[in-house]
Amino acid sequence: MSNANGQSIVILGATSSVARALAHEFARRGSPLIFAARDTDDAAVIAVDTEVRFGVPTQVVRFDADRMENLPRTLERCLEVADGDIGGVVLCYGYMDEQKKAQADPDIAERTMNINLTSAVIVLEQFAAYFADRKAGFIAALSSVAGDRGRQSNYLYGASKAGLTAYLQGLRNRMAPCGVPVTTIKPGFMDTKMTFGLPGLFLVASPEQAGQAIHYAIVRKKDVVYVPWFWRYIMLIIRHVPEKIFKRMKM
Amino acid sequence: MIQSAKQRISGWGRCPVEECAVFRPEKRRDLEELLSEGGPTEYIARGLGRSYGDAAINGGGSVISMVRLNRMLGWDAERGIVECEGGVSLEELIDTFLPRGWFLPVTPGTKFVTVGGAIAHDVHGKNHHGEGSFSKYVLDLELVTPTGDVMTCSPERNPDAFWATVGGAGLTGLILSARIQLHPVETAYVRVDYHRCENIDTVLAAIRETDQQYKYSVAWVDCLAKGKNLGRSVLMLGEHLPLKDLPLSIGGPYKVKRKLQPNVPIDFPSLMLNPLSIWAFNTMFYAVHPSAQGKIIDYNTYFYPLDAIHNWNRIYGKRGFTQYQATFPLDATEGLVQLLEKLSKSSRASFLAVLKRMGPASRGLLSYPFEGYTLTLDIPMKASLIPFLHECDELVLKYGGRLYLAKDVSTKPEVFAAMYPLLNVFKEVKGKLDPEGRLSSDLARRLRIVDPRKTDAS
Repeated sequence: MSNANGQSIVILGATSSVARALAHEFARRGSPLIFAARDTDDAAVIAVDTEVRFGVPTQVVRFDADRMENLPRTLERCLEVADGDIGGVVLCYGYMDEQKKAQADPDIAERTMNINLTSAVIVLEQFAAYFADRKAGFIAALSSVAGDRGRQSNYLYGASKAGLTAYLQGLRNRMAPCGVPVTTIKPGFMDTKMTFGLPGLFLVASPEQAGQAIHYAIVRKKDVVYVPWFWRYIMLIIRHVPEKIFKRMKM
Repeated sequence: MIQSAKQRISGWGRCPVEECAVFRPEKRRDLEELLSEGGPTEYIARGLGRSYGDAAINGGGSVISMVRLNRMLGWDAERGIVECEGGVSLEELIDTFLPRGWFLPVTPGTKFVTVGGAIAHDVHGKNHHGEGSFSKYVLDLELVTPTGDVMTCSPERNPDAFWATVGGAGLTGLILSARIQLHPVETAYVRVDYHRCENIDTVLAAIRETDQQYKYSVAWVDCLAKGKNLGRSVLMLGEHLPLKDLPLSIGGPYKVKRKLQPNVPIDFPSLMLNPLSIWAFNTMFYAVHPSAQGKIIDYNTYFYPLDAIHNWNRIYGKRGFTQYQATFPLDATEGLVQLLEKLSKSSRASFLAVLKRMGPASRGLLSYPFEGYTLTLDIPMKASLIPFLHECDELVLKYGGRLYLAKDVSTKPEVFAAMYPLLNVFKEVKGKLDPEGRLSSDLARRLRIVDPRKTDAS
């Protein structure tokens, strides 16, 4: 893997606590980092923090997954600031609003699809072409367990993530011959800003634990990982409930 | 605006427990938004929750958790000055800068505290006799007051706000960031000399004799020993190990073996801690620490022995415990002896007590440390304990001593006011920084640092 060989790692959506913890894992091993985020002020703070802690070079790039017109130039802008090659990209952003709101407001529904799926496709295709050309690099993205099965409580978010999961599956198939691993990360409950204070969460992973697990999966070139790992089995059960029964369950 | 979570939280002593609305900002902007638009009307900042009593809880009100505002903002490698957000922990500072040859200038007995918490309680460590408290090494800090203003405070700029904030238990604002002068070291090790002392007189004499020769000095006292053995202790004197004395077998100046970190997964039943088990522990500690010279110990084992056991506060069971700490003036060792006697007689089981000579006070209006001797011990919580502690408080006050806000859980407002003569000055400064009285905590209300809530029946 392209750690510590001077190639930059791009973190898309760099200001979440999990993205930051993951960036620390790369930086700890000497990789330069490019933080792409909408809130560039906060990304700049995270960049300095990473430099102070780990002594690696960092860059900040403005990136807004909700602004479609700017997305096609994402790779180009990362390359402009990179000192040398790009060794990998991790997509860490996502957008989740309340399901009820998204049902009633087509703008929110559209935004959910645009950010979680459309923007991901537009951006990752650029990196895929770049890595395929060089026969090196890696791609990873945070999808969600919500994409494993649609549930009434958040199926719009779930649908967008299911789309992302299928997209990554196909991309993995395409990239396999050129030796570029594509890793799908499916987080369960994590202790983030998105989930803080929500009722009914259990066995919640800290951002640091999640960051370590995600880094490990990327370095080991895993295909699909659940974070924390036991979510694989929770989802295995949920996926296997017959639809006849599932459709009447309150989930 | 970020959402809050209803949580039942307590200090490290796990008593009292209160339900609070907890907010946890993850960036500066979250915090700004929280304070500007119809956010919480009454709140207190909280770090890693290591103050023992009720300083960082606000029952029925809000608590702002600062732990995710933990970014390092700058590093001056020449001078060893770090700038970081208030939620950075001392552990993070050590992990980042010890391998570069810099250690904390002052450290309490746990590294699981935030920089903001260390400032808010103007914490002290084993080097207080010579090197003062944490605030001495704070070059400046950024304070967010309830008006939303961000104020840079230092002994030169906004000195009133600075000296109210250090030791001010979070009641002047939220500590957003600080610049801290670290201390250069050549290794991650400490060389320790141990002196066994038979009783309180010999340990006090030994402290007086040796203090100025050593950077770190602290005595562990067996507070169950009675009569002529009262105050039986092991005095531990330490210096940072210079590189030239580092044994080759260690393999590098900053290499420290990682140890297993056991956890206490559940509350111990209260029977586990009984006079017999405590007696056995204290006797054993004395027995396994004969006088010895020049033992080489890594910084974790020396400074943070209890951090090795996660959730060690659970050994006191569900009812929790209190850590009682009092400082007596230099010429009031009589009071110290009386307190020790009182505790020893009452057989309120406690593990080792800690005795230390303190150096001159800082200018913090509510800073705890001042020149004298400080005694610290853990006592399991019981209903009958509170009146007993009130008797202890009276004794401390009688001898001109004082209690520590990071630990106190029960003292009375009038006793507290008598111990802190600058309280009125503090209230005046707080009134200017927080005119609407938004910063409050259970501790602040209990000790009447702020007025009681209008809706409170009391």
